[in-house]
Amino acid sequence: MKIPHRPLSPHLQVYNLPLTALLSISHRITGVSLTLGIVLLTLWVFSAALGEEEYNLFSLFLNFWLGKLVLFGFSVALFYHLCNGIRHLFWDIGMNFDLKKTMLADYTVLFSSIILTILVWFFALRDLI
Amino acid sequence: MIDGSSQFRSHLRHARGMGSAKEGTHHWLAQRVTALALLPLTFWLVFSLVTLSLEGHLEFITWLSSPISGTLMILFLLVSFHHGQLGIQVVVEDYISNITIRRTLLIVTKFISYLLATLGIVSVLRIIFESL
Ligand code: HEM
Repeated sequence: MKIPHRPLSPHLQVYNLPLTALLSISHRITGVSLTLGIVLLTLWVFSAALGEEEYNLFSLFLNFWLGKLVLFGFSVALFYHLCNGIRHLFWDIGMNFDLKKTMLADYTVLFSSIILTILVWFFALRDLI
Repeated sequence: MIDGSSQFRSHLRHARGMGSAKEGTHHWLAQRVTALALLPLTFWLVFSLVTLSLEGHLEFITWLSSPISGTLMILFLLVSFHHGQLGIQVVVEDYISNITIRRTLLIVTKFISYLLATLGIVSVLRIIFESL
C-alpha cells in the first residue's frame, strides 16, 4: 500500500517535536528548576549568617558529588534560561519572528549556553586542571 | 454593526469583558522587567562565585559584607524570587484547572517565595552588620 505523504496534525505521542518546540518547553523546565536553585542559594547565604559551623556543613554537601551535580545542573539551567530569555525579550519587542531567524536563534541559544557553561566550569576548576 | 441601536456606541463596548482573563498586562510586563534586571545581576553572581575562592566561612563573609556585594546579593534575591514566583504562577495557571487547587498553589508559592527572599535578605544584612 502506498503511504500518502500528507501533513498530519500534531499529536503528542506520535509527533516528533521540532527543535524550536523542544527549546520552548526547556525554557519552562529550566525556569522551574532555577526557582529550586535560588532556594538553595538562599539556604547557603542563611547558613553563612548562622555561623562557621553551619556554613561548613553546607559546603560539605556542595562538595559532595551530589552537591556538585546539583551545581552543574544549576549552571546549565541558568545559562540556557538566560540565553533563551534574551531571545524571548527580542520576540517581545517584535523581532525575529520568521522561521529562518528563529532557527538561527535556536542554534545561537544552544551554542552560547554550552560555551558559557564550559567557560564557567573551566574557571571554577582552574586550580585542579 | 451588530444591531442598529448600537451603532453610535464605540467598539469598546463590545470588547469590554471579552478578554480571556481580563487582566495580566502588569504581570507580563513585570516578568520582562525582572528578566532584564536579572541579566546583569546573574553575570555578576556567576562571575563572583567563580573568581573568588569562597571555600571558607571567613572569605564568604568578607565578600558578602562589602557594600557592593551586599547590595547586589540582596537585589538578586529580591528580583529572582519575584521573577520566579511570577513564572511559577503562569505554569500553575497553565496546568492546574481545578480552581481550588490552583488558588491554593498560587498563594502557597507566593508565601514561600517571599518568605525565602526575606530570609536571604535578613541573612545578608546580619552578615553585614556583624562584620562592622
Ligand atoms: C535565577 C533566576 C531565574 C529564575 C528562578 C527564573 C524563573 C523563571 C520561571 C519559573 C519562568 C516561567 C516559565 C514559563 O512560564 O514557562 C521564567 C520565565 C522567563 N524568564 Fe526566567 N528565571 C530566572 C532568570 C532569568 C534571566 C536571567 C532571564 C534573562 C533574560 C530570564 C528571562 C525570562 C523570560 C523572558 C521569561 C518569560 C518566558 C515566557 O513568557 O514564556 N529569566 N523564568
